[in-house]
Amino acid sequence: MHIVVPIKQTPDTTAVLTVDASGRISWGDAPLIVNPWDEFAIEESLRLKEKFGGKVTVITLGPESAKEALKQAVAMGCDEAILLHDPAFEGSDAVVTATILAAAIRKLGAVDLVFMGKESVDGNSAQVPPALARRLGWPLLAYVGKIREIDPAGRTIVVERILEEGRQVVRAPLPAVLSAMQMNEPRYPSFMGIRKAARMQIPVWTAVDLGLAPEQVGAAASAARWPVVFAPPKQEVQCEFIQGESPEEIARLLVDRLLAEKVL
Amino acid sequence: MDFQLSDEHRMVQQMVREFAEREIRPVIKEHDRAQKPIPWLFERMAALGLLGICIPVKYGGAGMDYISLGLACEELERVDSSLRVVMSVHVALNSLSLLQWGTEEQKQRYLVPQAKGEKIAAYALTEPGAGSDAAAIRTTARRQGDVYILNGEKTWISLADLADHFLVIAKTDPEKGHRGMSAFIVERSFPGVKTGTIHGKLGVRAGNTGWIVFENTPVPVENRLGEEGEGFYIAMAALDNGRYTVAAGATGLIRACLEASVKYANERMTFGRRIGEHQLVQEMIAKMAASYEIARLLYLRAGWMKNMGIRNTRETSLAKWFATEAAVQAALDAIQIHGAYGYSDEYDVERYLRNAKGEVIYEGTSQIHTPAGGIRPGLSQGSPPAL
Repeated sequence: MHIVVPIKQTPDTTAVLTVDASGRISWGDAPLIVNPWDEFAIEESLRLKEKFGGKVTVITLGPESAKEALKQAVAMGCDEAILLHDPAFEGSDAVVTATILAAAIRKLGAVDLVFMGKESVDGNSAQVPPALARRLGWPLLAYVGKIREIDPAGRTIVVERILEEGRQVVRAPLPAVLSAMQMNEPRYPSFMGIRKAARMQIPVWTAVDLGLAPEQVGAAASAARWPVVFAPPKQEVQCEFIQGESPEEIARLLVDRLLAEKVL
Repeated sequence: MDFQLSDEHRMVQQMVREFAEREIRPVIKEHDRAQKPIPWLFERMAALGLLGICIPVKYGGAGMDYISLGLACEELERVDSSLRVVMSVHVALNSLSLLQWGTEEQKQRYLVPQAKGEKIAAYALTEPGAGSDAAAIRTTARRQGDVYILNGEKTWISLADLADHFLVIAKTDPEKGHRGMSAFIVERSFPGVKTGTIHGKLGVRAGNTGWIVFENTPVPVENRLGEEGEGFYIAMAALDNGRYTVAAGATGLIRACLEASVKYANERMTFGRRIGEHQLVQEMIAKMAASYEIARLLYLRAGWMKNMGIRNTRETSLAKWFATEAAVQAALDAIQIHGAYGYSDEYDVERYLRNAKGEVIYEGTSQIHTPAGGIRPGLSQGSPPAL
């Protein structure tokens, strides 16, 4: 099986984001990491490779420095890595990002599965997986919590999707695009993987390599606009201790307060 | 000159940091309080390859370099000293000595399972009557045909109760002082080996420390490491590696103090301002930051020299001396910044202080390492830095 894992380099989840007057977002000197949702997809893909053989290729759209995220994925066990980088790509929205990723996946040839995180921890739009599936013309299995079975010969996959209402079991033909929920415990990089990743020369594919014209990519091609960017207003939190003589009384007072606040 | 860590080193750092944060930080306090080692620790460290981090791949290790060893120690001790002690004892003092001095047969038999983490190894030099003065040990190894008969007592041995293999320094010719010492690989299963735990330590309470007694313990001649009479040199060479891991670890402890202090100073309010805005608090934090960077540069230089195969006794000693002394001061100041909260084990900084205090005693006291101390040959000459 050939599995492609598109990942994103994001600020650390503990980073403090600030927005200045001109709407520029900054995370200070917080470290950059592999989007944690993508790590679940990497881990699951590596497990599939261990079970069925084949290879896992990790790709990312980003600046030169995003090679670090690719190397992290290789250190975990991914076989190949490709950086999609071109100044023309800057300012691409989720749909254009999907266009670029789709072009890269087509260029990779025979791919059985595209597996990515359900969203990124910085953008949080969760738009790229569906847009990518649409661009590729493959079925989308979003919010996957478990892979029940894969039949590489019969070219089908059965997964459990985690929805608000519960779990949904879905069967789809391969190739397909999957987006991962928190479905496993991602492994640490191994020392052997680290040595391999450190030495790896990561190829860079530009718009020309992907056969994309300048007007198809970047801010110009993007429909999303960001007219105003502001930090969410700070929530004032007040803590109040409910006190009473007995647990029953405390519970009653608590319920009264919750009703008064219209929480219940 | 290049002060940048390589991709490889950054990934090692990141991996070990994540392991320590994710798996050790949540449970360390309860183990420290209970004075009980984490039972699954070796298994996890072995699975990650940490127990053979800088042992060549052909001997079952991960094949990384000394800088990686140092970075791993820094990250481990940033969470707790007991983790780094495992690296000091199992990897640096024991396994690296086997790598340097062992025969091919000894490496296959002992180093390979140690590097894979299948067997745990310790180092036994110190005795009730001999610490800083290593040549004063009284454990004897008397040759009798194909075996040496060991008799004596070792104490303050890290992992004494948990290790499978011990690197034991004993006198084969008591008349000859430090030239009459030899090194032996002793298995726990050999007859007459008894161990016990030392309770009531100030620090490293999640780590096992104990004593070992040898009573007419027969050790095959093929388990002698190096030649007869080389024991003192093997012991000192081992310490060059052990002290390096202590230096790197203490650097991590300083960073732990720094991080905890910065966090607390940004939260705690006094007189209507965050305490971090008070200059006297800032000064303590600034000193921590400076000592962290100095300690780091010192151990990385020593690690680089080890990678290059340059003699580094002096540089390693200096790194150990500075980092451990600075760690004690950083921990004291971290408690000061935390005020009464720092004085309780609700916060981590009191543990950092208890752990730091051991570091200025073991693997050469600060007085042994003080360049002006004049005790250790090579340091007493006021020799200039090799670099």
